[in-house]
Amino acid sequence: MQRIGVFVCWCGSNIAATVDVQAVSDALAKEPGVVYSTNYQYMCSEAGQNMIKNAIKEYNLTGVVVCSCSPRMHEATFRKTVAAAGLNPYMLEVANIREQCSWIHKDKEAGTEKAIVLGRTAIAKVQLNAPLQAGESPVVKRALVIGGGIAGIQTALDIAEAGFDVDIVEKNPTIGGKMTQIDKTFPTLDCAACILTPKMVDCAQNEKIHIYSYSEVESVKGFVGNFTVSIKKKARYVDENKCTGCGECTTKCPMKNVPNEFNLGMDNRRAIYIPFAQAVPKVATIDPNYCNMLKNGKCGLCAKVCGAGAIDYKQQDQIVEEKYGAIVVATGYNPIKLDKFDEFGYSLSKDVITSLEFERLTNAAGPTSGTLLRPSDGKHPHTIVFVQCVGSRDTSGCGKPYCSKICCMYTAKHAMLTREKYPDTDVYVFYIDVRSPGKNYDEFYRRAVEQYGVHYIKGMVGKVAPRADGKIMVQASDLLADEQLHIEADLVVLAAAIEPDKSARPLATMLTASMDTNDFFTEAHAKLRPVESPTAGIFLSGACQGPKDIPDTVSQASAAAAKVIGLLVKDKLTTNPCVAQSNEMMCNGCSSCERVCPYGAITYVDKEFRMPDRTTRVRRVASVNPAVCQGCGACTVACPSGAMDLKGFSNSQIMAEVDAICQMK
Amino acid sequence: MPNEVKAFKPKIVAFCCNWCSYAGADLAGTNRLTYPADVKIIRVPCSCRVNPMFILRAFQRGADGVILCGCHPGDCHYTSGNYYARRRMTLLFSMLDYLGIEKERTRVEWVSAAEGAKFAATMNDFVATVTALGENKRLEDLRCKE
Amino acid sequence: MNNEMMKEQVIRMSGVNPLKCMRCGKCSGTCPSYDEMEYHPHQFVYMVEKGEIDKLMASPSIYKCLSCFACVERCPRDVEPAKLVEAIRLMVVRQQGQNHLKANEIPALLDNDLPQQALVTAFRKYTK
Repeated sequence: MQRIGVFVCWCGSNIAATVDVQAVSDALAKEPGVVYSTNYQYMCSEAGQNMIKNAIKEYNLTGVVVCSCSPRMHEATFRKTVAAAGLNPYMLEVANIREQCSWIHKDKEAGTEKAIVLGRTAIAKVQLNAPLQAGESPVVKRALVIGGGIAGIQTALDIAEAGFDVDIVEKNPTIGGKMTQIDKTFPTLDCAACILTPKMVDCAQNEKIHIYSYSEVESVKGFVGNFTVSIKKKARYVDENKCTGCGECTTKCPMKNVPNEFNLGMDNRRAIYIPFAQAVPKVATIDPNYCNMLKNGKCGLCAKVCGAGAIDYKQQDQIVEEKYGAIVVATGYNPIKLDKFDEFGYSLSKDVITSLEFERLTNAAGPTSGTLLRPSDGKHPHTIVFVQCVGSRDTSGCGKPYCSKICCMYTAKHAMLTREKYPDTDVYVFYIDVRSPGKNYDEFYRRAVEQYGVHYIKGMVGKVAPRADGKIMVQASDLLADEQLHIEADLVVLAAAIEPDKSARPLATMLTASMDTNDFFTEAHAKLRPVESPTAGIFLSGACQGPKDIPDTVSQASAAAAKVIGLLVKDKLTTNPCVAQSNEMMCNGCSSCERVCPYGAITYVDKEFRMPDRTTRVRRVASVNPAVCQGCGACTVACPSGAMDLKGFSNSQIMAEVDAICQMK
Repeated sequence: MPNEVKAFKPKIVAFCCNWCSYAGADLAGTNRLTYPADVKIIRVPCSCRVNPMFILRAFQRGADGVILCGCHPGDCHYTSGNYYARRRMTLLFSMLDYLGIEKERTRVEWVSAAEGAKFAATMNDFVATVTALGENKRLEDLRCKE
Repeated sequence: MNNEMMKEQVIRMSGVNPLKCMRCGKCSGTCPSYDEMEYHPHQFVYMVEKGEIDKLMASPSIYKCLSCFACVERCPRDVEPAKLVEAIRLMVVRQQGQNHLKANEIPALLDNDLPQQALVTAFRKYTK
């Protein structure tokens, strides 16, 4: 039998006004097991907490019931109080007589009666409480960053800076991501490569950082502090350790007509290639879809010219297994496909391009060496039309329902740079709204209008029709002038919506991290925990969580790194003690619990049991990993033999509560 | 029993998940939205923690109605718990209906942490429904009566 | 009938929710009879939202819409402006004596290239 103390709080007049607290403490004093019952003005105050501590010592209490506000408010406070008095913190129960009683019942008699029942229910539960010990699990002091764009790079650098090992897994042959394809960055117009490539080099040179390029995550097992990840290193048919990146092979390969994905297919590369000059790691990769040697065994030219002997046509995919304490997702974004938008004629003319293609056309390392030329005939365009919100804010099903956030600013940048370099060009920007909230963003957009004379037109393009003479007819509305415009353009640039990378969805399944309907990863709390996934130990960095520009991405990347460091710096993690527990003597090994567990916390083990006749028998029984179990209790109900129970919310405890509630006269 | 007829006050057990509905009930309190004192709430970590046995036990001990509140589908703190609860309760409630416990005495409702008003409205409606049905005699164990 | 009631009726008949419009103007950018119209597709949506049904009913624009449904097809928010035009036209022609096309006017309009189908459609569109 427990020795229970009951403490009824007045909460000033919040409780005392509609509940007769004296009557409650008197009535509860008569309950079996209660050896002490009192009431006080503010139980959560220091004086109130001291009352509890003193009573525990004086009356040798083994269980405490506080009748006060919601346990969501002060359960943690009172747990600390009883722990300070030497009692196990889980020997405390809170009866919610404020939010769920005094505040909603005007009638004092009914309120008092209900408060007594709630108190009695808590007493019935605490009778069956058992001391619980928070478990501990070790932390592997190594982090994994999935995705090697600017988000992943920044996160990895920050974690490495704190002295922890970090691995970056990047599916492309080089890290750098989308930012490598961008020419200049708003609102300062510094060149993307100039600020990004030093960071890429830092990553390569940092001895704490290991880069798995041309690799993908195959599977993830484990839990916060202790993940086991299989990484598939795709065969690049070049020995990374031998290749010096001299690029000799990439000039000799006879396969010259492979679309170059770095320039979005606007020029060609060879079958063996280094994506771009500043690639990290600077190692050649053979594209098996185009290489003659790999396809039909005829050629082998690259192996002949390679002075380092790095070419290895027999290389196989390789699986590496590593342990990590934390995982950061930084899988980034892609522009959407525009095949559903016939009206913009993207597939009809080479001179209707996306904004990312425009970046390549203005980039010194791009297919035109930085001169803005029409992809169709290589002539200077004199009239350029930019269309914003192509597929963004689209609820019709063709595009994406959200605002892609970055397009207003990069379009202003494109328009401004075009006018600066080619003042003879007419530049039109069709906008629905110009969204430029950000430091120096609106000023930037206004500069495009006021200093550079970009024609901003409030309205939307309805039709883009390429003409036989090479001009592109653009039909659009000008809402402010209330007229329809017909513009003969030379180049049309579509600001395509952005969407999460396709690899994100299968990755989320592996990580048991949640996603929204648009395949963006959801954060643990939209405001207060923006860089953590609801799944413990998984962190979010960059555009995989929502559309973001570079400054936002870098801030979030550093924030995610800070959270990872906060986790890795711990030697052990304390775990929630209210977890499931299997009674091995009752378990019949049916696997029902294993199937309903959303966390994979339950495994089956073969265990030896001594039988009454002194023989031993091996039985298959459920075993719960307390570090993984989150304590939902799904398994306890699924268990047909009643072997599975939840600590802190056990079957007998809840039954006792039901009984106490129904017992009232 | 004395001769005077006491107004029927139903006994209602409400199971609320810790993350959404219990917080919703707290919010109803914070906003001073009243509902009858006949509703007594039991906090469970998740709606999927509610074993059908608990509900049978409640009716056995003389409850007149049982309501289970959880997070909205898709919002479960434990990703899928409320789906389990929904399936289990569908089965259980149809069995209870077969046993003579009217379907109106049992209910599953999704109440988020932000829906204090919905919580209060649900409870008002549920209590009114159960009060109209009167006392539940089915499944009741007379030995538990005083 | 006052404007507010007419607005409700237009919304009910068309099944269009003008509040979904984000004022991008793509409907008017795409409209082939834009220059013929006094009020343009995006204005139909906005004016219905404001309840200015009488102005729209009095405007010849309702007969200039070709019902080509380009605006419906291309609207990113699924607003369907052409259905609003249709509903307002019906509000007019359903009134006594407001048929836009009368049988005795037809012989004068006929020419050999006009497909029969166009006549049938026009009759359906412009009369009670």
